[in-house]
Amino acid sequence: MSNLITRPRWSPYLVGAGIGVLSWVAFAWMGKALGTSTTMVNVAGAIEGVVSGQHVRETEYLAKHIVGKPVFDWQFALVIALFIGALLGAKLSGSRFKETVPDLWAWRFGTSPALRYAGAFLGGAVLLFGARMAGGCTSGHSISGGLQLAVSSWVFTIAMFGAGTVTAFALFGMKGRDHV
Amino acid sequence: MFDSPFFADPASLAQGALAGLIFGFLLQRGGVTRYRVILGQFLLKDFTVLKVMMTAIVVGAVGIYGMLATGMLGEGAMHLKSATLLGNALGGVIFGVGMAVLGYCPGTGVGAMADGSRHAIFGVLGMIAGAAVFAELYPWVNRTFLKVGDLGKVTVSQETGLSPWWFILAMAVIAVAGFLALERHEHHHPEAPGSAAPA
Repeated sequence: MSNLITRPRWSPYLVGAGIGVLSWVAFAWMGKALGTSTTMVNVAGAIEGVVSGQHVRETEYLAKHIVGKPVFDWQFALVIALFIGALLGAKLSGSRFKETVPDLWAWRFGTSPALRYAGAFLGGAVLLFGARMAGGCTSGHSISGGLQLAVSSWVFTIAMFGAGTVTAFALFGMKGRDHV
Repeated sequence: MFDSPFFADPASLAQGALAGLIFGFLLQRGGVTRYRVILGQFLLKDFTVLKVMMTAIVVGAVGIYGMLATGMLGEGAMHLKSATLLGNALGGVIFGVGMAVLGYCPGTGVGAMADGSRHAIFGVLGMIAGAAVFAELYPWVNRTFLKVGDLGKVTVSQETGLSPWWFILAMAVIAVAGFLALERHEHHHPEAPGSAAPA
């Protein structure tokens, strides 16, 4: 058992089963489904709210999420704790390492951190826009929705894997496979 | 903050924190907080992401539908998202493009920051910006895309009239057969990174 606590990588099947069982607990005990991307809307709305509360109230999508509801809710706590859980996982196994520009990216686009940071920012913005359009992300749709056999989530997951694969091959090509 | 306290009730926050702590720990140990593992999946070299996800879905589905069947969960306990098919599909495509560029999804991006990834910080900042942009464009997105092919909150089982257990069985068979074949392939080609993670 102590061996498992310090082992840097667990079997993906063990990890998957763990997330599946965690979903049982979330549904049955907490009355919730695991998800993360809605919290990004709450964060964006809260930041905008500091500048102009009126803008938040007048923007339907922000108002729907945080007017008359707490900004820091169940899922917000989950996202913050997710950071701590991952930190714990990294520290207890000693597997944490600083990564500025990943090898694959450096091979294709060079070692400039600024370019990589810009790419990461843009990628993050695009994916969250997609998540909000679809109604969820890889946790809320693919896992939580997938296990409920939701039509919406299966459509999302197939589209996501298809587009991700095409994009990765378009960016990095067959030779990119030697760098992951 | 707006006609409501900033924080939800402590019990709800404690439960969310507990779920997040376990979720983050599992994602980190699964290796999916790593850029190369996510891109390895999209480049069809390292199938860790699919292994984690499919196992979570099958194990999760057995539990949830098992609890529904035994009455431990009521129908009201389901959390289905609306099947607005064009929005789900187009949103999924946009998400996939962004994820291949960033190398993380929202959950694994937050986990990656904890795991030492500096560029994941910019990815998460981008997500917050993406949420803000979506909020501004929501009226147009809603009008143009989210009304097309709206089936409501349905499951594939309700839509086809077949028992959910057929779908769970099919997923389990596909997962077990697919992953057995994959493990055999990885065993014969030990350079594949997914092969270096025994239980």
